Amino acid sequence: MINPISLAFKEAKKEKRPALITYTVAGDSSKKQSLEILKAISNYADILEVGVPHNTPVADGGQIQTSAYRAIKNGIKMNDIFKIVSNFKKSKNSKPVIFMGYYNMIFQYGENNFLKKCKKSGVNGLIVVDLPWPENKIFSKKCKKNSINFVQLLSPTTSNKRLKSITKDSHDMIYYISMLSTTGGKLKVSPKKILTNYNKIKKISPKKNCVIGFGITEKTISNFKNTDGLVVGSQICKEITRSLSNRQNPVINVSKIVSKLKKKIS
Amino acid sequence: MKLKKGIPVIDQVDRLGFWGGKFGGNFVPETLKKPIDDLEIQFNKLKNDKNFIVERDKYFENWIGTPTRFIKLNNLTKYIGGAQIWSKVVSDANGGAHKIYNATVHCLLAKRSGKKVIIGDTGAGYAGKMLSMAAKKFGLKCKIFMGAKDIKRQQPNVKAMKKNGADVIPVYSGSQTLVDAVSECMRYWVANCDTTAMCVGSTVGPAIFVRICGWSTSQISRELKTQLVNEFGDIPKKLKLYNCVGGGSSSFGFWNEFMDYDKKQVEFIGVEAGGPAKSNRHAAPLTYGSKIGILHGAAQYVNQNSDGQIEETESISAGLDYPGISPLHCFLKDTKRARYTAASDEEALKAYQIVTKYENLRPSLEPSHAFSVAIKEAKKLSKDTIVIINSCGDAYKDRGILEQKLGKKYDKSN
Repeated sequence: MINPISLAFKEAKKEKRPALITYTVAGDSSKKQSLEILKAISNYADILEVGVPHNTPVADGGQIQTSAYRAIKNGIKMNDIFKIVSNFKKSKNSKPVIFMGYYNMIFQYGENNFLKKCKKSGVNGLIVVDLPWPENKIFSKKCKKNSINFVQLLSPTTSNKRLKSITKDSHDMIYYISMLSTTGGKLKVSPKKILTNYNKIKKISPKKNCVIGFGITEKTISNFKNTDGLVVGSQICKEITRSLSNRQNPVINVSKIVSKLKKKIS
Repeated sequence: MKLKKGIPVIDQVDRLGFWGGKFGGNFVPETLKKPIDDLEIQFNKLKNDKNFIVERDKYFENWIGTPTRFIKLNNLTKYIGGAQIWSKVVSDANGGAHKIYNATVHCLLAKRSGKKVIIGDTGAGYAGKMLSMAAKKFGLKCKIFMGAKDIKRQQPNVKAMKKNGADVIPVYSGSQTLVDAVSECMRYWVANCDTTAMCVGSTVGPAIFVRICGWSTSQISRELKTQLVNEFGDIPKKLKLYNCVGGGSSSFGFWNEFMDYDKKQVEFIGVEAGGPAKSNRHAAPLTYGSKIGILHGAAQYVNQNSDGQIEETESISAGLDYPGISPLHCFLKDTKRARYTAASDEEALKAYQIVTKYENLRPSLEPSHAFSVAIKEAKKLSKDTIVIINSCGDAYKDRGILEQKLGKKYDKSN
């Protein structure tokens, strides 16, 4: 059986566009609302990254931190996050879900328990920001055994030698971090340069789906139409914050943004 | 888990940077893998390079001022009436604390690798102050990340940093203390690691930073060993080394050269911050049995909830107010080489009052924690036991807190 993440890429390719991957934080601003947001944006997005909020994030910029702190303050727990995913997966328009978070949350849950729970609630993939290669070798194998996609990260500082080893050990999807930045940074390198690096990865590993994240927003997304997939996170988190402070409904505003993003790459 | 003899503890790591197979490591974003690898290669080479050691020692001697004093606290010994109480006055070092050793080494490394900017975190402000001093000395631009709460309570050090030309960047996230400052500093490095060097202010963070810091502060025990031999003719038969433990840089440096001695001869006692007596919040993960977790790139005992969210700590001492602890100390605890206990805010304040009453010495709130336990235990020890407390910081930076808590004007001249 082809896994749902690869299938999503396949579908997008049929429409000759990159897959749109969104990132929202589980429990932002409440358990209920984050589920509603997932349901609303899955009308437009192909894959949904669900952020597992952590209070000492070493790679997240201000927007995602704000979302994460808001969710934690509102009492979100690991088990609630699994529940949000399983409820989302019951909805008629559900899409593949990838957890994105920090290793301590998995470590405290117990790797095996965590994967069991992922499988049960319908999580299809994992991005663990602070578990790089080769440290992640054993865990990524465990993921594969449980049919969960472990998404390896690559960055502009990744050497060619590392790149080859990492892509070799990766599953169907790879994530290229566009620039030296935390999440939510302004795109500080030219799209051309990012695409050169992207193409280098594709040349080494043509069969794997490579997505680009960091610095992708409504303004920049159309530069990357000829890629496998694009991740937008901080702009969405920012919109939730903006909506809340303007007493507007984040569900409506966020889904508007995601629909616009989709149009820009279609 | 076993501590090996004859190999420096900082080098007792496995291929992935773990001590004892489970403490430390490199839990970092992919982007930082390369700068960390580069730093590791550079450090491994330089620490065995004679020219580099000569250069380091030149700055340690002429600029930091080595050795710092090793003095007997006669009045305190008499007052307590047990073991002999001595102090290694590390606050004699240029800048007033042990953090200068690590800052100097990091600047030397940054300079050699051609970096123009160096960044660092700080809690009590010492690590930041020393980094700003060293950066100025070596012509590097400097940015210091500091929790907004700490900026308020450690003003003298903040002023010193600014005077040295450093940018002090307030961190408003989370508890606004050291833990958030370290996170923010690491985030800045993620975004600027191509041009910028990072100095982690203690023996925490990814393995290479633990190793560099431990290597640098070990100057303290190198000096002490010589001073002990000069004073007693040999290493005393009953020696007890008390040190406060926050991240763990001064204690590790104070103990390192004595690692291979039997603990019956040279005992290490680490004193963590127990926080206010009536509070459940503490900064003492080793004393109170916290679980292993990942914080700032390393596996360690850390205060956290069942989900793995890092818990806020509370301590009168900004330098100890950290929910985690160096992997080195986790390793020393589990191999039973060192013993760990805690002192509360109140006990530390009381110890400060006793020490300043009897001696011409002003330990900051951090070493006051160590004094508290040492004073308590020394009473029951024989007269031929040598108790040494590392007075690793000067109380001048705490004068605001001391005036408020003790209701007395702080007098610098004492």
